[in-house]
Amino acid sequence: MSTQEGVRPAPVPLVLGGARGGPKVRTLRRDSWKKSPLITQGYLILFVVYATWAAFQNSNYYVGAGSHRDLISPFYSPCIGASCVPGSHGSFYLHWWTYSPALVILIVPLGFRITCYYYRKAYYRSFWHSPQACGVADGHKKYTGETRFPLIIQNIHRYFFFLGVLLNIMLTADAVMAFRMPGEGIGFSVGTLVLCLNAALLWMYSISCHACRHLCGGHVNEFSKHPVRHGLWKIITPLNAKHMQLAWVSLTFVALTDLYVRLVASGVITDPKIF
Amino acid sequence: MAKVIMRIWRGDADGGEFQDFPTEVSEGEVVLDVVHRIQAEAAPDLACRWNCKAGKCGSCSAEINGLPHLMCMTRMDTIPTEEPVVITPMKTFPIIRDLVTDVSFNYEMARRLPPFAPKDPGPDGTYRMQQVDVDRGQEFRKCIECFMCQNICHVIRDHEENKAHYAGPRLFIRYMELESHPLDTNDRRELLRQEMGLGYCNITKCCTEVCPEHIKITDNAIIPLKERVVDSSYDPVAWLGRKILRRTKKTADEAAAYRRDPQRAKAGK
Repeated sequence: MSTQEGVRPAPVPLVLGGARGGPKVRTLRRDSWKKSPLITQGYLILFVVYATWAAFQNSNYYVGAGSHRDLISPFYSPCIGASCVPGSHGSFYLHWWTYSPALVILIVPLGFRITCYYYRKAYYRSFWHSPQACGVADGHKKYTGETRFPLIIQNIHRYFFFLGVLLNIMLTADAVMAFRMPGEGIGFSVGTLVLCLNAALLWMYSISCHACRHLCGGHVNEFSKHPVRHGLWKIITPLNAKHMQLAWVSLTFVALTDLYVRLVASGVITDPKIF
Repeated sequence: MAKVIMRIWRGDADGGEFQDFPTEVSEGEVVLDVVHRIQAEAAPDLACRWNCKAGKCGSCSAEINGLPHLMCMTRMDTIPTEEPVVITPMKTFPIIRDLVTDVSFNYEMARRLPPFAPKDPGPDGTYRMQQVDVDRGQEFRKCIECFMCQNICHVIRDHEENKAHYAGPRLFIRYMELESHPLDTNDRRELLRQEMGLGYCNITKCCTEVCPEHIKITDNAIIPLKERVVDSSYDPVAWLGRKILRRTKKTADEAAAYRRDPQRAKAGK
């Protein structure tokens, strides 16, 4: 039967082994290949340390009517714990959760970023050394990749994407609410700008996600019959090419946003009104 | 003319060692030019595979200072020459001699790929594709089969045992081209998951970094394939949707049965 008829070809015997050429050394690279994984490692550790510290603070995450502002840290939004300060939460909250609400909320962005295709590359290289850099020997004797537990869980990335989109909607609502200046009407402060930029960057990061690209149009085989999905795919594809940059910028900015709100809420700085 | 020492791996399956060749480099020369000069002047038995000298045949792949490059496309003035320039054969494949390796692993994996199985032609007996659908696969057709992506992929570079069940980046772009082909009826997703080792790829993007044709192997082929495998094997909502809408692609064997006898295949016999 011809293979042209769509028949699966007979299993091909594969000869494994054979002596390899070149010296048995970890790498022959001479450039500064250690720099990039070290910077990534340092930056991610810095973020995790700050985020953990901020999540356990359970204070100074909301600037309310007393300061004529409505600013909430993205780490604490939506504030769904029973211990939320007055004005920071909506009608829905978990009355039984008395610890820091950030400990619940941060599960979503943490899961989204841990399973993200870009961050996978970043931490596999910098933490897991699998491999540390191209052309540098893998740091492990055996390698099964993402075929087994626990790494097979990476395949749920799209569900974290959906949850991340919900969170983005809420952070966008926070940014809109930040235009509200209780007792002063509508206005625009540096805090408003920070929350708006934060929401915009998180949207850009989410939309540029590989799972989003696939779900919006990548799964389609015949673009010509699905012009809307093809249109979406064409919009997302150039953004997807910048996914790495958006991942770092949005990660940095979300921490800076928390820091800004924290400094204003604790009275270290005041939030200047622009108009 | 600048002086340079070329440190080239000499040997075969029984072993080998580096040999230094002091030589001179003229402006505009590429690594392959210098290797040819060494062949002509100092080591006529130096084995080196090459053909087009234009970066299109994919023959002269080798590792220069530890990273794979096409020797014909790597200009000497882009390489630091204060220290000897180290040239070794591709590490992932068995050595034949000096800089020549046996890349038959890649062809054997290619033979395992279920081929294009077109659906029934239109009423006029022909197949038609819109330009936008043709465009999508063009990126993958730029591949010159230099196998540098296969060489740099740590899944098989550092773990020989994985070669038995890992197709590798070069084949994954071929899988993606066929999987996203609007006329194809084969469904290779389960094959990719179970036998071709798509899950072994951990997205470290070395294949994309070394591709001389700048094919976005990871972003445009491997990750979309991973997402398609999620559709078929890991996403319960997608599975339910397919069941309700009855949108299932045929497996390779089902497509073969359908082409042999459509009536019988539809009846499920």
